Amino acid sequence: MSLPDELSRRRMLMKLGILFNGAVGVVLGVPIVRYLLSPLIRERRPGYESWLPLGPLGQFPEGETRLASYRNPVANPSDGETANIPCWVRRVAGEKFQVFAINCAHLGCPVRWFPQSGLFMCPCHGGAYYADGTRASGPPERGLFEYPYKVDHGNLLIDAGQMPTTGAPTAKLINISAGRPPCA
Amino acid sequence: MRLIRKVGDWFDQRLQLATPIRDTMQHPVPRRTASWAYVFGSAALTVFMLQLVTGILLALLYVPSAGEAWNSLQILNHQVTLGWFIRALHGWGSNFMVAIVLIHMVQVFLFGAYKFPRELTWIVGILLLLLTLGMAFTGQVLRFDQDAYWGLGIGASIASRVPVLGPWIVKLLLGGPIIAGATLSRFFALHVFVIPGSLIAFVGLHVLLVLKLGINEWPMPGRIVRRATYVQEYHELTHKDGIPFVPGAVAKDMFFSGFILLCIAACAVYFGPFGPSGQPDPTIIQTVPRPDYFFLWLYAVLSLLPPSMETPALLIGPVIALGVLLALPFFSGEGEKSWKRRPIAVLTILLVAVALGTFTHLAGDAPWSPVMDAWSGAPVPAQYLKGRTALERQGALVFQAKQCHNCHALGGAGGKRGPDLDRVAVELTQDQLIRQVIQGGGNMPAYGNNLSPAETTALVAFLETLHPAEQVPARDASREADVGARP
Repeated sequence: MSLPDELSRRRMLMKLGILFNGAVGVVLGVPIVRYLLSPLIRERRPGYESWLPLGPLGQFPEGETRLASYRNPVANPSDGETANIPCWVRRVAGEKFQVFAINCAHLGCPVRWFPQSGLFMCPCHGGAYYADGTRASGPPERGLFEYPYKVDHGNLLIDAGQMPTTGAPTAKLINISAGRPPCA
Repeated sequence: MRLIRKVGDWFDQRLQLATPIRDTMQHPVPRRTASWAYVFGSAALTVFMLQLVTGILLALLYVPSAGEAWNSLQILNHQVTLGWFIRALHGWGSNFMVAIVLIHMVQVFLFGAYKFPRELTWIVGILLLLLTLGMAFTGQVLRFDQDAYWGLGIGASIASRVPVLGPWIVKLLLGGPIIAGATLSRFFALHVFVIPGSLIAFVGLHVLLVLKLGINEWPMPGRIVRRATYVQEYHELTHKDGIPFVPGAVAKDMFFSGFILLCIAACAVYFGPFGPSGQPDPTIIQTVPRPDYFFLWLYAVLSLLPPSMETPALLIGPVIALGVLLALPFFSGEGEKSWKRRPIAVLTILLVAVALGTFTHLAGDAPWSPVMDAWSGAPVPAQYLKGRTALERQGALVFQAKQCHNCHALGGAGGKRGPDLDRVAVELTQDQLIRQVIQGGGNMPAYGNNLSPAETTALVAFLETLHPAEQVPARDASREADVGARP
């Protein structure tokens, strides 16, 4: 005489086996997911931004806009040149600056400064910005991204470390309106 | 001969594959499927195998490190024997693969092959299309030159616009806060392990489905697909008027596959490998990033959409398109297969083809982008300077020095962002010119802060000379009347 199939010992063992493998899957899955999410976890704790020197104030003549660059604070040796990030420094007057991200506020292409016409122009989709970073024309819906800055012992420092993107609250550290007073 | 047979028998006793393979090769297919219209699927598979082989060959020398990748491509191009050729084969293979997959899809669509019972074959095919495009994009990233670097920036900017999750998606996409080593490594993993692995699995499933359900018969107008009767009808068609797949139907496949491989090799030899363009150093900003050929249409769409529609179109558009493609076999699973009785299907294909073709063509010379070096590289044509006053020539100088030429063409050279100015004096009066220059508007920046009154006067004087010889410049009649009224 045989027991009904669903009551058999083998059935029971198989179900236990599935359960066991499921548990093992969870035990392995949690660290795997955490590993995959490491760029987000890393962001939460130490954070990606820090104060970075762009050079002595003498490098930035008053009333002019100059290209500067910094080494990204979070960088590995294998990053090579990609961790050297450029930005536009506009010295308005005295210790009043504007430091713009290189990335166009439309889709992130590198904007170029034309001192003669006082415009930043983007080579990709034709966005243009005035000297103070406000939108002049083209597809961008806002002005250039701006880094917070401070002057310390005759050096210009900016708070940077993330690529700014259009839809991102990475802008939490990035000044949205142009001409904000210095934070230092 | 007997030895070969003996060895063969020894293996088959253990593997027991000879009978199923023979049955598969000789399964009957409808007579008319031995057609040149049915060769694209097998050609796509052939090119995929070429990509696997050349990809592995490239991986022997490629270094997936942000600091080294570009150099390793230079070594492949210039130092390794025939390294350039393998790179060119892989690059052209990629272009051909996308093209053939698309042609295959159009053929399947027009022949109604997605209808009952081949719905799942179509859906797997859509996945294969997405994976193929994924290979094309990730492959472009692995070239890790300036185009790849800024292309990633564009991808990240698009991803960042996803509501709520955007910033997190960007971090996960880039593997960190910026485009750097971790970014390249994860695109390498995608391009070399994840996507090809999925491709192999889904290609297997796709081919299995074709074998299980049979090759789509040649569509005849009036032969209607009905769920109740189709399987029986197809069985009769293949068994009464069918031919064995091998050698009946496979000959044209083989010729076409060989022909495509030859074409790829010819392109590789003649045109050579793709790039790499400038090295991926973000501090070199003298760059004009352009996407690879198959994403040019998207580049055009992103430039031409009104800004307010951009984010919805980018985020919702692909979802709708994908939804329509996936749902197609379910709301159109029965009925006519022949394109001769499906005018909307034909029109849809034509519309999509014309749209994609137009956008791609437009992106070829990108009229929406300023020509960044026109102000210093493209002089004002000599005929616009001959016999002009000193003031007007001074204006031409202002025109160049203030980068007007970057957005406005003169004599066919310069940017197309704004209107050509060869006949601007016919269209705008002096007052209108002054207003436009100083206040901008209509997508032109205002130059009021950047032009002295003297420069504005000179520039407008120059612009007023820009009219065809037989046409007089536009004048403000009211002003003349006013001037004329005075004694």
